[in-house]
Amino acid sequence: MILDKLPSVVELEEGIKVIPGASTIIATVDKLINWGRASSIWPVTFGLACCAIEMMTTGSSHYDLDRLGIIFRGSPRQADCMIVAGTVTKKMAPVVRKIYDQMPEPRYVMAMGSCACTGNVYRSYSVVQGCDSFLPVDVYIPGCPPRPEALLGGFVKLQEKMMKESWRWSPIR
Amino acid sequence: MEQIKERHERELVLNLGPQHPSTHGVLRLKIEVEGETVIKCTPYVGYLHRGTEKLAEGMTYLQALPLTDRLDYVSSMTNNIGYCLAVEKLFGIEAPIRAKYIRTMIAEMTRISSHLLWLGTHALDLGAMTVFLYAFREREWILDLFETLCGARLTVSYPRIGGVRNDVSQEFIDSLYEFTNIFPSKVGEYETLIDKNRIWLMRTKGVGVISAEEAINWSLSGATLRGCGVNYDIRKKHPYDAYDLVEFDVPIGLNGDVYDRYLCRMEELRQSNRIIRQCIEKLPKGAILAPDAPKFTLPPKDKVLDNMETLIHHFTLITKGPMTAPKGEVYCCTEVPKGELGFYMVSDGTGKPYRMRIRSPSFVHVSALPALCEGGMIADVIANIGTIDVVLGECDR
Ligand code: SF4
Repeated sequence: MILDKLPSVVELEEGIKVIPGASTIIATVDKLINWGRASSIWPVTFGLACCAIEMMTTGSSHYDLDRLGIIFRGSPRQADCMIVAGTVTKKMAPVVRKIYDQMPEPRYVMAMGSCACTGNVYRSYSVVQGCDSFLPVDVYIPGCPPRPEALLGGFVKLQEKMMKESWRWSPIR
Repeated sequence: MEQIKERHERELVLNLGPQHPSTHGVLRLKIEVEGETVIKCTPYVGYLHRGTEKLAEGMTYLQALPLTDRLDYVSSMTNNIGYCLAVEKLFGIEAPIRAKYIRTMIAEMTRISSHLLWLGTHALDLGAMTVFLYAFREREWILDLFETLCGARLTVSYPRIGGVRNDVSQEFIDSLYEFTNIFPSKVGEYETLIDKNRIWLMRTKGVGVISAEEAINWSLSGATLRGCGVNYDIRKKHPYDAYDLVEFDVPIGLNGDVYDRYLCRMEELRQSNRIIRQCIEKLPKGAILAPDAPKFTLPPKDKVLDNMETLIHHFTLITKGPMTAPKGEVYCCTEVPKGELGFYMVSDGTGKPYRMRIRSPSFVHVSALPALCEGGMIADVIANIGTIDVVLGECDR
């Protein structure tokens, strides 16, 4: 499509318009910010149990999360996403919550694995039956452990969710 | 002036973990430092306590098998084998020779994958990023092989009481053989990266030294013990499965520091490769399940659907477990990648274990951490956590 030859304003996709001749693209701030957020998800490095090993595998050479702009950060202050990878025990739950509280807004939570989603087979005295009882979970990834592809799928779902948000950048939402 | 001096001399309490990029899992250490020197180190465990032992008491022997994968999740095959051997000992079953060879083969594959994970993360903690990427490349190959074998990558539950779940395919054997051809050169590749690296040597040589006597007193096992010069390997001393039918050497360290333990594990990678090769070459034909084992393993699904007897058998096995469990107690230890894993089973004659106690190497190793860290530098704490090779799932159970 040659933009300069177009007779009038063209809508590329919903909310993004091109004004021919003026080399201008009109989009909402929402769109722009969401696009930025979705293409650079920085999860905090933090694993709990077996699922963390698959998370590491996903981040390593074979699956390579970096190509999606996903870089693990050591500190929750620099992160905007938290992957709850593994069994959350009652002793660990306050720590997980504290890490979540240390993350700056906007922040997202992914529950990776059956343990983080529902507690899995560990219906015992010491295991929290799903981390959604103390965290607002955005994406659930079932599996024990989920394959690296499933985790990648989870990230794609999270990106879709991010793209649909509106006004999350504003103090007066 | 006096006050300032006092403040400087006071020790500082530092909390490491449970969320820390380089503690392996959810280990928490309370470290008291004076300047850069660690004067006291106290490990706190239990952040991953899932109640496995208690849960197993409410399950039949077969049902408890998947719980054992998730203890030491980086080497689930060996955990399964350890558990199966303990139950077999209790019931007096012996796996057929083919199953023994298959078990030995997959146990050594697990050892390779576990050591590769250890190498990658240990090097990453000490600042060598590239090794991690290299080690995971070969680890992925092993996981793919596991997937062809049983459909799962990490938590496999492949061994069964009295044998293994299904036979190995020719495709699996071929791919594994190719792996054993290539793998020794890959070990060499990792070694070129760090073996003579000056930073690596400075961070590992003379760090975390523990004498042979002390190591035995702390009841260390596995490569952590052998790095101190103690020749103790359960595969040699109390052979199980097919370990007495294959040849391999047990590498022993000299100085008992982080570097020697690293060398031991690197040599173990080669030896494991050698064992796998011999297993492939010697793999005998025959059954994969002991003749008296079917009362512990689920019958094939297609038989259940059109044979009345099998259906009843399936039903009772799930609901009640094997009815003829002998009373008594057994202890069975195996050499897993981390050290000695023991299962202590007490049976009261019902189909469920009365008590299942797990002697996990990681728990013992964590308790030796103060002995390694105290008196050393604070940066070496990370090296020490890496060198004892702990997995917290197994430590906290
Ligand atoms: S879901 Fe399965 S693999 Fe993941 S932490 Fe729980 S038990 Fe482990």
